[in-house]
Amino acid sequence: MEKIYLTLVLAPLIGAILAGFFGAKLGRKGAHWVTSTGVGLSALLSLYVLYRFMAGTLEVFNGPVYTWMVSDGLHMEVGFLVDQLTAVMISVVSFVSFCVHIYTIGYMADDEHNWPKTSLAGINSYQRFFSYISLFTFSMLMLVMSNNFMQLFFGWEAVGLVSYLLIGFWSVRPTAIFANLKAFLVNRVGDFGFILGIAAVAMYTNSLDYAEVFAKAPSLADTQIHIWGDTGWSLMSVIGILLFVGAMGKSAQVPLHVWLPDSMEGPTPISALIHAATMVTAGIFMVARMSPLYELSETALSFVLVIGATTAFFTGLIGIVQNDIKRVVAYSTLSQLGYMMVALGASAYAAGIFHLMTHAFFKALLFLAAGSVIIGMHHDQDIRNMGGVRKYMPWTYWTSLVGSLALIGFPGFSGFFSKDAIIEAVHHSEIAGASYAYLMVVAGVFVTALYSFRMFFLVFHGEGPRDEHAKHHIHESPKVVTVPLVLLAIPSVFLGYLAIGPMLFGDWFEGVIFVLPEHNTLEHIGEHFHGSMGFILHGMMGLPFYLAMGGLFVAWYIYMKNPAIADRVKTTLAPIYQLLDKKYWFDEVYQAVFGAGSRGLGKFLWLAGDRGLIDGLAVNGSAYTVGKLAALVRHVQTGYLYHYAIAMILGLLLLLTWFIYV
Amino acid sequence: MIALSDYLTLAAILFAISVAGIFINRKNVIVLLMCVELMLLAVNINFIAFSHFLGDTAGQVFVFFILTVAAAEAAIGLAILVVLFRSKGSINVQDMDALKG
Amino acid sequence: MIADWPLLTLTIWLPIVGGFMVLASGERDLNATKWTALIIAILTFIVSLPLWFAFDSSTAQMQFVERVPWIPGFNVEYYLGVDGISMPLIVLTTFITPLVVIAGWEVIKVRPSQYMAAFLIMEGVMIGVFCALDAMLFYVFWEAMLIPMFLIIGVWGGPNRVYATIKFFLYTFFGSVFMLVALIYMYFQSGSFDILGFHTLKLNLTEQTLIFIAFLMAFAVKVPMWPVHTWLPDAHVEAPTGGSVILAAIMLKIGGYGFLRFSLPITPDASHSLDWLIIGMSLIAVVYIGFVALIQQDMKKLIAYSSIAHMGFVTLGFFIVFIISQNNAGSGAALGMQGGMVQMVSHGFISAAMFLCVGVLYDRLHSREISAYGGVVNTMPVFAAFMVFFAMANAGLPGTSGFVGEFMVILASFRADFWYAFLAATTLIIGAAYTLWMVKRVVFGDVANDGVAALQDMNQRELIVLGTLAVAVLLLGLWPAPLVEVMDASVNNLLQHIAVSKL
Repeated sequence: MEKIYLTLVLAPLIGAILAGFFGAKLGRKGAHWVTSTGVGLSALLSLYVLYRFMAGTLEVFNGPVYTWMVSDGLHMEVGFLVDQLTAVMISVVSFVSFCVHIYTIGYMADDEHNWPKTSLAGINSYQRFFSYISLFTFSMLMLVMSNNFMQLFFGWEAVGLVSYLLIGFWSVRPTAIFANLKAFLVNRVGDFGFILGIAAVAMYTNSLDYAEVFAKAPSLADTQIHIWGDTGWSLMSVIGILLFVGAMGKSAQVPLHVWLPDSMEGPTPISALIHAATMVTAGIFMVARMSPLYELSETALSFVLVIGATTAFFTGLIGIVQNDIKRVVAYSTLSQLGYMMVALGASAYAAGIFHLMTHAFFKALLFLAAGSVIIGMHHDQDIRNMGGVRKYMPWTYWTSLVGSLALIGFPGFSGFFSKDAIIEAVHHSEIAGASYAYLMVVAGVFVTALYSFRMFFLVFHGEGPRDEHAKHHIHESPKVVTVPLVLLAIPSVFLGYLAIGPMLFGDWFEGVIFVLPEHNTLEHIGEHFHGSMGFILHGMMGLPFYLAMGGLFVAWYIYMKNPAIADRVKTTLAPIYQLLDKKYWFDEVYQAVFGAGSRGLGKFLWLAGDRGLIDGLAVNGSAYTVGKLAALVRHVQTGYLYHYAIAMILGLLLLLTWFIYV
Repeated sequence: MIALSDYLTLAAILFAISVAGIFINRKNVIVLLMCVELMLLAVNINFIAFSHFLGDTAGQVFVFFILTVAAAEAAIGLAILVVLFRSKGSINVQDMDALKG
Repeated sequence: MIADWPLLTLTIWLPIVGGFMVLASGERDLNATKWTALIIAILTFIVSLPLWFAFDSSTAQMQFVERVPWIPGFNVEYYLGVDGISMPLIVLTTFITPLVVIAGWEVIKVRPSQYMAAFLIMEGVMIGVFCALDAMLFYVFWEAMLIPMFLIIGVWGGPNRVYATIKFFLYTFFGSVFMLVALIYMYFQSGSFDILGFHTLKLNLTEQTLIFIAFLMAFAVKVPMWPVHTWLPDAHVEAPTGGSVILAAIMLKIGGYGFLRFSLPITPDASHSLDWLIIGMSLIAVVYIGFVALIQQDMKKLIAYSSIAHMGFVTLGFFIVFIISQNNAGSGAALGMQGGMVQMVSHGFISAAMFLCVGVLYDRLHSREISAYGGVVNTMPVFAAFMVFFAMANAGLPGTSGFVGEFMVILASFRADFWYAFLAATTLIIGAAYTLWMVKRVVFGDVANDGVAALQDMNQRELIVLGTLAVAVLLLGLWPAPLVEVMDASVNNLLQHIAVSKL
């Protein structure tokens, strides 16, 4: 099996290297074949691994590949841990990635139009794009298959790097290169916490290996450390929160969420792959992986819960007022990531991972469908200009409908199972902040339905497209685009139904995810679980279902039936609209405080410190003083020989006197 | 009988005159050269006086050396003076302040 | 047996003698001269390779030792030897020099043979600093090092080169005379200039403190540490590309090496009692200098400041060991020290590469101002790829060498104090901010002006140089184990040595 795991990881890397370095020689066809084959191979092998786990014929694998470094007894290795959680993750990652590879063949087909004619960067940009997404797949697989913190951090930053490269892929666009820098820096803020968390782990367990750390964790549960003054902090809370700061960056949780909407500047396939399905869920995966640590600190869990709930509701609200098709989906992603975090905070790790999985499919689907619409609309992304697209793009329409229904949690679709499970779990949770979180996620259901169907109706229904030119040219996207949509639509419908039993209430995560009995909210729900069908029926009687339907109805009423209301609401609730439109002024405040602030501080330190004090006062100042002194003393040097001679004589006399009388 | 102290006094007076000449003179470099010569002579007188009174001829031998060197030095000094006059057009001491800081 | 050859003498004197040969051959046949210089540089690298491969990493003893009397009257010896701390730095030196020679191949139009000769002589002298085990020999090499660098900046430098050279010279000289006093004092105490003998020399706390401060003056300037760092940006800005590369990649390391060879083992108690000072200066370097780097308009200045910030990690890693030993009963201290060492080697690669990148641009447009560029990726895509790669390495991306040292030092400093790690880890944000912001303004975007529009992508020569460095950066990032293993015994020996008080 070791060889399979290695192949699974290295195949995309080899594809990336070939397409990246020999893109010009391989040509476009060669590049997309070699990368898609690599990722396709990974996908097949991942599914095989998943299948073997489902069949129960595979042992958990935990072993090193090579020793990265040994220093002071701290073994840092590159190695794999393949268990049920990993199997789910690698399957999701490689499968979605594979779909995106195929989709990209269509989406990026005429990429040279996105570059100025003279730009050499536009040559072979197609191959480069494939190289990047394959490299991303490699990094993500390294992240989820890691068996230690060092490699986790490697994957963590490597996906950040590829995300940086891909958001800024169209590097001639000022907005794109602004967004990628922002994304990288905000992620780095998260990584800042993350690396401190890793340092704490390394200090107290003297190991970076998951298995060893988890084994030692219970003995450290009561350890208190002093960070500031004499206040004792629970070590596990500190570790949990520091690691979670990393997750906040990567998974775009409030207040580090600001990069994700901007990341939509990148080409749509990567929005689907990186900024919806896989990379942003790394934080969720990480917290789930660290469940043995998080379970030991209720403070950390509460923190996760509250941050997640806040993100889930408030970013969803912003989605309602956005007009860029990709941004609406982006805010929806933020909100859904919040849901996943809430699940983790409520110790329903399995539900978080479950939602991660279903979300990966339906959100990738929604993004790719949005991309398909964007192709049809000739790269106009404003939903106010769209409308009536249904007629021209039937495949896109139907798959979008599936995606949207899954997103709002329509009974029977995959999103329903995962989201309902989360809401139920929070309902049963008893840790601090659980009631707040419950309120947020339930209200979030209404918001989700509202913004998703607002977009859906505005894009696909009604009159339009507004632009006559677009109306003339709009047509269904090619096969390479629609096939991945269908491929993703299938799990978006059925996956929830099939997987909820084993994943949430079965023993799938037995021994992988660790939950303390007093936190085990899923067990509560499991007691009432009698098959997926029963879960649907039970869900249809719950509050979330009616809220979702309400949201759907409101969207239909406002945007289909009576469009005038939208404007009326906008004017009557102007302050709130303003608040949402400006995204709570996060960007402005960050720009002013951190952007301008650090530049100002830098300028001050440079001018006052380096230039003024050190160079001006100490260095050039001493040179100046010496110069001044010399100017004073030089007057003694008259240049007349007899002055020197008399000075010598006088000196001689003085010395003689000294020697004789002293 | 002329005592040793008389010789020494004479030498000291000569030496003082020459030193004063070097310091006070501001006009002519030739005077400077003469003063230097005078200074050497003052020393020579001391040498001879000591030699005579101590009965050691080494002092007189030294005087010959000094006279030889003084002659050579006067020659070189005058040669420099001629060159100096050619290049600067003056042998005025006051004009020679190239070392002024 | 290869270890019995006078390898160190060979690596020191081959480039120096070769350098004088190149100097003597003059400008008559430039091509032959350049090739001679390159062959000598490569030959030196090959000669230095056995140092790595025949090195016995299981012992902390000095290896490849050569010892003959030099000035018997003062008990001065020609005493050479390497351990796991100095050996990697020697190989780094011999690795970087050929690259510098290649980088200056066509670019240097004024007196190219003297330029090459200066670098070759410099190489030999720097190797001498790393392997001298006699304090007088060390001091001679230490000061001799200034001369070629002084000339390189002064002759081939930019418009403000006179100011920069004098500042550079006076700063470093100011520091090193104090070191000389300390060395002479210890000679009177011990009767010889044997550095290893100094290690075991008994000194009371006052003596130790004074000696420590004297050494600190010399090494802090060289590293450079805040607040004696201001010569570095000026020197870098004025120096030709090759000069910046050698300066950043190797000369700065000599300061760090000095701390390990002199300050820590000779004055362990003073180092312990004054470690707060060094830690404070290091952390200020990381944070303060990071912010200063952020607003620089000149690319070389920016990289120079980033060098200072990165070297802050080196000194931080070296001096937190005392606190860690106190806190953790010994475990974890080696992590910091080895992290500092790895950071030195890694910084040698990365800063060299960054300066070479700026050199590539400077050779074409003759400007180092960030605002003179923009959208370079459109005309120089291959170069842009390298620049982004090295920028990422500079920002400490895992998988590149820049990460390894920072990671180790952050892990170690957490063991000392949460806040040390906190401040050190801010480099993750600030480092990425200043490096990538520069990349954004220089590399990305639309073509900014006609100058950029007319740029030609890298030629074969530049490709070889940057490609070699890229491989080195990746190799060290993906597999640092060999480097750490080589220094393991020596670092542990040093830690054991400084754990024992001399009082």
